[in-house]
Amino acid sequence: MNIHEYQAKAVLKSYGAPVADGVPVLSLDDVQKAVDSLPGPLWVVKSQIHAGGRGKGKFVEAEAGEKGGVRLAFKKEEVMEHAKQMLGNHLVTAQTGDDGKQVNRLYIEDGADIDRELYLSVLIDRATGKPAFVASTEGGMDIEQVAHDTPEKILTLPIDPIAGVTDKDSEQLCDALKLEGEARTDGMKLFPTLYKAFTEKDMSMLEINPLIVMENGHLRVLDAKVSFDSNAIFRHPDIAELRDKTEEDAKEIEASEWDLAYIALDGTIGCMVNGAGLAMATMDIIKLYGEEPANFCDVGGGASAEKVAAAFKIIMQDPNVKGILVNIFGGIMKCDVIAEGVIAAVKETNLGVPLVVRLEGTNVDEGKAIIRDSGLNVIPADDLDDAAKKITDAIKG
Amino acid sequence: MSILIDSNTKVIVQGLTGNTGSFHTNQALEYFGTKMVAGTHPKKAGQKWTADNGAELPIYASAGEAKEATGANASVIYVPPAGAAAAIEEAIDAGIELITCITEGVPVMDMVRVKAKLEKSNSRLIGPNCPGVLTPEACKIGIMPGKIFEKGSVGVVSRSGTLTYEAVYQTSMAGLGQTTAVGIGGDPVNGTNFIDVLEMFLADDDTKSIIMIGEIGGSAEEEAAQFLKDEAKKGRKKPMVGFIAGRTAPPGRTMGHAGAIVSGGKGDAPSKIAAMEEAGIKVSPSPARLGDTMVEVLKG
Repeated sequence: MNIHEYQAKAVLKSYGAPVADGVPVLSLDDVQKAVDSLPGPLWVVKSQIHAGGRGKGKFVEAEAGEKGGVRLAFKKEEVMEHAKQMLGNHLVTAQTGDDGKQVNRLYIEDGADIDRELYLSVLIDRATGKPAFVASTEGGMDIEQVAHDTPEKILTLPIDPIAGVTDKDSEQLCDALKLEGEARTDGMKLFPTLYKAFTEKDMSMLEINPLIVMENGHLRVLDAKVSFDSNAIFRHPDIAELRDKTEEDAKEIEASEWDLAYIALDGTIGCMVNGAGLAMATMDIIKLYGEEPANFCDVGGGASAEKVAAAFKIIMQDPNVKGILVNIFGGIMKCDVIAEGVIAAVKETNLGVPLVVRLEGTNVDEGKAIIRDSGLNVIPADDLDDAAKKITDAIKG
Repeated sequence: MSILIDSNTKVIVQGLTGNTGSFHTNQALEYFGTKMVAGTHPKKAGQKWTADNGAELPIYASAGEAKEATGANASVIYVPPAGAAAAIEEAIDAGIELITCITEGVPVMDMVRVKAKLEKSNSRLIGPNCPGVLTPEACKIGIMPGKIFEKGSVGVVSRSGTLTYEAVYQTSMAGLGQTTAVGIGGDPVNGTNFIDVLEMFLADDDTKSIIMIGEIGGSAEEEAAQFLKDEAKKGRKKPMVGFIAGRTAPPGRTMGHAGAIVSGGKGDAPSKIAAMEEAGIKVSPSPARLGDTMVEVLKG
């Protein structure tokens, strides 16, 4: 689960990390009050959307002006001008797609005098199975580019989960970031603080890009991007409240209410599959036959007939769907349950597109019999290849 | 021979009394009489669980007590996500040799803690978020459908449950059969990785060939490919077929499995496929052609 920058900073601030003062605003009425509460002489107006590259982004609407999604204001009146241009308009960044994302929230922050920009993140290092810091002196840039061009400028430091961040770890990170004086003192405190926030709140990613050394010699978290492990949200009701559903696909939200993994894509074939690997493989094979998947709906293990029917209806809601492929290899999932759910949904929704069903595994014979005896126009398939071929042929007419 | 489990493996079930645990324990008992010996439940100790075939399994309060009473050397976990890590830790503390955690949705930070404990123990963990381990005609731990297996010569290792079934079904249809199939699970932090299982398959004389199924995210496939290259230099090599799921997945999105994400230009399918092919693995572009591809590879 992703959250906005201002929310991430509030979480980090609650742990004692050095974050600038700032005020989130949801409407123009709140802007003046926000500006007056900050000292100046520099204000930063930042678009709050769940996508990176905001500073270099560009708004779709001409009225929003030529500037990006993060703007500086040297006078209070300028803050209002920026807010009027940005709020409600659509920001396109490298991560949003061509339509961009509507900016419904702004964050107005106290400006800082920057001496140096650094990169710091905490993530799960899959190779060691431990949380790890990634640190680089090359802040404010695309870290993937840095990793590609100058890998020697990046330190990856796994942390022993039993010992936590030791002074030796912090020294090593300070050295990698070339921190001296006040900044070094701040750093020795900051690294354990961030680690504590990361582990206690079950984050999956905490990225500070940039972390800055200010002209007064102190460190400050200038930007923060935090995402959480969806599987651990159940034990963090405070974090669950930060979810902004306007940033998510409506069908993905409906699917998550049924505990279905649904991902909207750009093609024409709706896919209902069990298991993430098989779902990905089904997408791959559809593409191999020259078509594109419209979505990816994983009903997982142990789904009821009602859940299967709900999944089917969510897939059907997508107007781009020209055909549906159901591909189930039952282990936990029983084929007869899938078949019952599909038949119930087909009867209810008045299916107007071709449907290919491939069943294999637990209770396969019962499942196939239910499909066969339903009297509905369902195209049976024997294996994955056959299924992909039949659905791509069917939508071509 | 087989790897990890055989007809002598004695299995306890943590979470036996729930729906999933009951269903799959019945399936395991039906599968060539897999030795399911007991269940655990902190509040139901002393009770009995009755299988569909009339067999009765005793319930103990903990994995430790169950092991002591039955001599079990393996455990399978069907506990819901919030309690799954504690169940694994209980099994580690009991000294169970092989722990298989089927549960999907275990918080990653819990697995970080479990992994640190695991490294200081003699236990091996398979999973979590995996279908388990199956040795044909001998022992079934987990949720794989037994019907699709045939005793044979292919070792199967996979990050995906349902794709494990594809590989098994197709090698059965091709008349090759399997020695053992291992689902290592789709989570970012897990107990056993490709390299561990590949090492066992290379060492097992009855395993004549190997199918390895990976997916996008992380670098486990690349590390496995490097391991295979290093072993090949020492003369240890078996014919291999591979598949990588998710070559059409859009970057930055988690594709169902928590670990299946292309991020920061890393973990994408082409780099995994290239690394595997460089290690001599024949990578099939279609998940429906794993069996046929293996037949072709074996013909040479």
